[in-house]
Order: sequence, then C-alpha cells, then structure tokens
Amino acid sequence: MKNEETVLSEREKILARVREALSVPAHVPGAHGLAPLAASAQSSAAGVRQWLPKVGNSFAEQLGLFQKNATELKTDFQLFDSAEEMRQALVRLRDAEGWKRVACHSGDLTNAICPPLNLPMLRTDKAYDVHEMEACDAGISECDALVAQTGSVLVTSRSAGGRALSVLPPHHVVIARREQLVADLPAAFALVKTKYAPDFPSMISFITGPSRTGDIERILVLGAHGPKRLTILVF
Amino acid sequence: MSTFATGFLKQARVMTADLRHRKIIRTALTNYEIVRDKRKGAFQSWESARSAAAETKWEAVNHLDKYLVEFVSKLEARGTKLHWASTGAQASEIILEIVREKNARSVIKSKSMTSEEVHLNDALEKAGLEVVESDLGEFIMQLRDEPPYHIVFPSMHLTRGEIKELFERELGDAPSDSPEELTMVARRALRKKYLTADIGFTGANFAIAETGMISITENEGNARLTAALPKTMVSLLGIEKVLPRLEDLALFLPMLATAGTGQALTCYNTMYGGPRQPGECDGPEEFHVILLDNRRTELLADAEQRDALHCIRCGACLNACPIFRNIGGHTYATTYSGPIGSVITPHLRGLQDWKHLSAASSLCGGCTEVCPVKIDLHHHLLHNRRNAAKEKPALIERSLYLIFGFVANRPALWSLGKKLGRLSQPLHNLVKGSALDPARSWTQTRDLPPLAQESFKDWWKKRNR
Repeated sequence: MKNEETVLSEREKILARVREALSVPAHVPGAHGLAPLAASAQSSAAGVRQWLPKVGNSFAEQLGLFQKNATELKTDFQLFDSAEEMRQALVRLRDAEGWKRVACHSGDLTNAICPPLNLPMLRTDKAYDVHEMEACDAGISECDALVAQTGSVLVTSRSAGGRALSVLPPHHVVIARREQLVADLPAAFALVKTKYAPDFPSMISFITGPSRTGDIERILVLGAHGPKRLTILVF
Repeated sequence: MSTFATGFLKQARVMTADLRHRKIIRTALTNYEIVRDKRKGAFQSWESARSAAAETKWEAVNHLDKYLVEFVSKLEARGTKLHWASTGAQASEIILEIVREKNARSVIKSKSMTSEEVHLNDALEKAGLEVVESDLGEFIMQLRDEPPYHIVFPSMHLTRGEIKELFERELGDAPSDSPEELTMVARRALRKKYLTADIGFTGANFAIAETGMISITENEGNARLTAALPKTMVSLLGIEKVLPRLEDLALFLPMLATAGTGQALTCYNTMYGGPRQPGECDGPEEFHVILLDNRRTELLADAEQRDALHCIRCGACLNACPIFRNIGGHTYATTYSGPIGSVITPHLRGLQDWKHLSAASSLCGGCTEVCPVKIDLHHHLLHNRRNAAKEKPALIERSLYLIFGFVANRPALWSLGKKLGRLSQPLHNLVKGSALDPARSWTQTRDLPPLAQESFKDWWKKRNR
C-alpha cells in the first residue's frame, strides 16, 4: 500500500481544492443571484413526509396499503391470525416447492416458526460455507420492519442472518409480526436510528419485491441475480 | 473544430437517419414515461419534493469539505480503509495496489459509471485480472466490448434477437430469445463468478456523512451479492455523492427510483457502513472506499454551474432529450451522455474539445423540467457556449454578427438588403442543397421559408396612408 504520507497529502490536496472552490458562494436553487440560504428546515424528515406518496393513519389502512404494494411488486404476502397458522403455511411452502434444505438464522421468530419444517438447515449464526448456502432452496429470515408506503422489507446484517441469506437462495421467506409494520420511509429510517445508533449493522437494506431486471427490451423478468420469489409471512 | 466535434457530427448524421434505432428508443422511452408519470402522480407533491431535494443537495455540495470529513471519519472509525484520488489514473492505481496486496485474480463488478469514467476495466485487464460486470445490461455491453449506451439502461438500444445472438456466440448458451430465458443464462453464468471472485467492486449512489455509509440502489441483487460474497469489497465514488443525514434517503431513494426507472422504490436500496463487524456472520473482511475528484473540484469552482454536481445520475434528462433520442447514447463519445453529459463533460475533459455538445441542443428545457434535483441544465448549455466563445472567439461567427449589427443599425441598408433578398431568393432554388449553396448545412435536410413579398413595415405604411 501507499505510505501514510501520500494518502494524507492526496486527501489534503482535494480538501484544499474543495475549500478554495467554495470560497465563491453559489446561488440558491431556483432563485438566481440571491444570497445563499442556511440549511433548510424543509429537508427534515417531518417535511418530507407531506410530499411523499400518501399513507393512511390507521393500522388497517397501512396494512391494506402494504398488501396492495406487495401484489403490485409480485411479492407473495400472507397474513395469519396465529403463529401456528404460520407454521403450517411454511410447511405448505416446503411441500409445494419440494425444499430439501433451507438456510436460516436464529431468532425469536425463526426459532418459533421453523422447527416443524423438519429439514436440514444451514445456520448463519456464525461463519458458514457459501457453496452450501448456494445449494439451499430457500432462505428464511426475520426483518426489522415492513414499510407500508413502498411494500418494502427492512433487513440488516444483524437482524436477518447476515448479508447473503436474503439474496443468495432462490426464494427468500420473511417472517414478521404485525407490530413491525411502519407507515413510511421516514419512519423506517427513524427506527433504524433509534434501534442501532451509533453501532449500526454493516449492512442495512430495503428489499422491495423479488429481484428483477428490465435490461432486455425493458421487459420485466424476476430473479435476475437475487431471489425469484419473495414471500412475506405475517401474524 | 475539434476532432471530437467532427466525429460527433459524422456519427450524429448516421444515427439520425437510422429509423430502426429511433423506433427502439422511442418504444422503450414511451413505456418509461407512462410508468414514471404514474409514480410522480403518487407523490403528494412531486414539485415540493424536487425543491427539497435540490436544497438538500445544495446544502451538501456547498459544504462539501465539512461533510466529506464527517463521512470519512465515521467510516474509518468502523474499520473501513479510505483512499483519495485526484485523477482517474490514481483511482485505478489504488485499486491495482489492493489487487496486488490481496493476490487477487478476479473481480466481480456491480454497475458503476464512475468506474467507466476512470476506465477501470481496461486497467484491471491490462494487469491480467478477470473482470466481470454483473449488472445484466452491463454484462451484455461487456460481451459486446462497448461502453454503456445509457447511464441507467446500458443496453436499451439492443433487441432480444441481438442479445440472443450475442449469448450464443460468446457463451454458447441461448435457448431462445425470450427475455426470461436470456436473463437466466446470465444468472447461471454469473453465479459461478460470484462464488470465486476475490474482490467485489461497486459504485455508490449516495454517501451519508452523518453515519458514514454508502448507499447503493439496484434492481437485480447483483450489488448485494457483490458486497456479500468476496472477501474484499472496494467502492469508488465521486466526492459529490454526499448527503448530510441518513433520513435524507427517505426522500432521495423514492425520487431516484421514480425519475430513473418509474418505480416507487428500486428493488434493493442498501447502506454499507463498514466491513464485517464483530458478531456478524458474513460480508467482506476488508472494505475500501475510494473518493474520486477527477476535476469535480473544477466544476465546484464554477459557482454558476456548481449545481451540476447535485446530479444523482437518474438519467431522466437523457430520456427527455430530443437530441439524445435521435442521435443515441454512443454518439456523445463521453462517459455521461445527454444533457447532463453535455454540461459536465467540458469541465471534466476540456471546454474547447467538448463545447460542441452544448451546441447540440434545441434549448427546449425538457431536461431542466424533469431533473429531480432541479439542475438548471439548459441554461448551463448556454453558459458553456458563452464561456467557450469568451475563451476562444469564433472569428467567422463574430464577423458575421459585426456585419449584421452594422446593417441592422442602418435602415437604408437594411431595406436594401431585404429587397435584394426577395429578388435573389428564387435564384437560390437553383443551388439549394448543393455544394454552392451558402445555407447548405440548413437546406440539405430542410426547407428555407420564403421571404414575405411585403414586409410588415411596408404594409404598415400602406395601411396608414
């Protein structure tokens, strides 16, 4: 590697050029020639919320919106009244797709829901072999939140079994509780901060539907590199 | 005229006459417009969101030194190795040093226009490495040995038939021309590469100063895999990518998706704040972030055009631009094409060589209108023209305007000119469009409107008699 001095000096050179450039103030956006503004209060999360797509206030409205978004995104969203119903649904998924082996991480929910699967299970609680995960038929994980506004699942490397579990197997199954539904993106980012700051997980990801591409004639194809199917089970 | 300008004119002439190309692009972009407008309509106020985004980017870019230092110190605190590169060559050299240190043989890449800007693939391949683009569109373009056609849709100018032929020739695997099956061919081919690559390379869409994270937006999951499987992760980003706060993403992620592809949110929006942390089961052992200047500070120094650094590379201005739609992405011969490319390339590569791009515009303002961060694009094209003329006056143009000014200020001369014009216009038909025609560059593809037989002034005089 380069020695410490050149690294530092390149940094100092660039920062010096930045400071020199900024000594001439720029006009404010949309108002040519006026004095520069201070940081805008409008950019705060509270301000943003009123311009983003609308989300209802009640839980029922938010759940309905999540469901509608999931359908549009081709996410399979299933809602249950009890943990037992969810266990049965997971077993039905296993049978329908003929799962031989799944990848999973330990957590309160996964530990409660997965045992009836009765399958060989790759655990991602500590380092694992990626080739083994690649051979799994599904990856089952928990999540941090479900976002009604966009139909997204919020996962992190800490809450959802690492970085690969939610993208490497061909089918990603998320198990969640109703209480994990949040209204919108500002709420989701607020949750990330209150839950983790300052010790954030090394990866935080919003998953919005199964992997997709439109690179051939702009025609939608699911399962480009990540999972072809995304199933969200909620009770 | 610069050799770049000559080449541009030549290629533009070919492409504007290519009706097949025009039809492919028009179909793709019409579909894009329909979904994008639906998504814009879902915002409670898209216009207010644009203003907020512009203000946030203004805040970031106009305090860039402060936010860069914050970004870097937060990242370093959690074990990320930071590098600074003044030029593209330096950026490539830093990556090559990481490669040498790791004894790496293969690199898997997710989509990064910044790496196109510094010609990273060339540098890595010259050093004997296997480099694989994992974004489907970029993978297709790599197989064709061509640069991306569009910054967001790299292979939008190709038909499924052409891609089938390409896969057959290069991979020996193309069961049919269905987009579904072709995508699966690429998926199979690239899966193997992920599992064996030594280094995962990514770009970044945003750099969050407050928490020290990069944010990557993608649809395919290829960046997620690139950042999950190889032991070393390297990310290259321009210094202008900074956003002040984590929650700014609540605005920028949906806006980028809406303007870029007409989605409410792109499939994967992921923030990376370091290498694998204690207690985590996977992810790279080492994470390197390279901050690239490459003459961005020169653009920063131009206060008038500084807002061009607000760009989030959504491609909306390319999609809206009548010039882009007709001449196509490759004609620009630049990393960044379309209106934003025409504005910034003269700053990145030299004004006199690239000023012709600012003249290739109808100044319709369509780009400015669709820009999610409100960059004053079409005025910047005028600014570039003005700056180029100021720096190096065009003598013929200048003398023509001097003559015009002289005549226009003398009513007698002016009316004589009008009369001569009316008398001589029928003669113009004899040479119209030929090599003898002084107005040839206009008339070879267009009609010249006939001069009125009676001027307004004459008519007014008659009327008041």
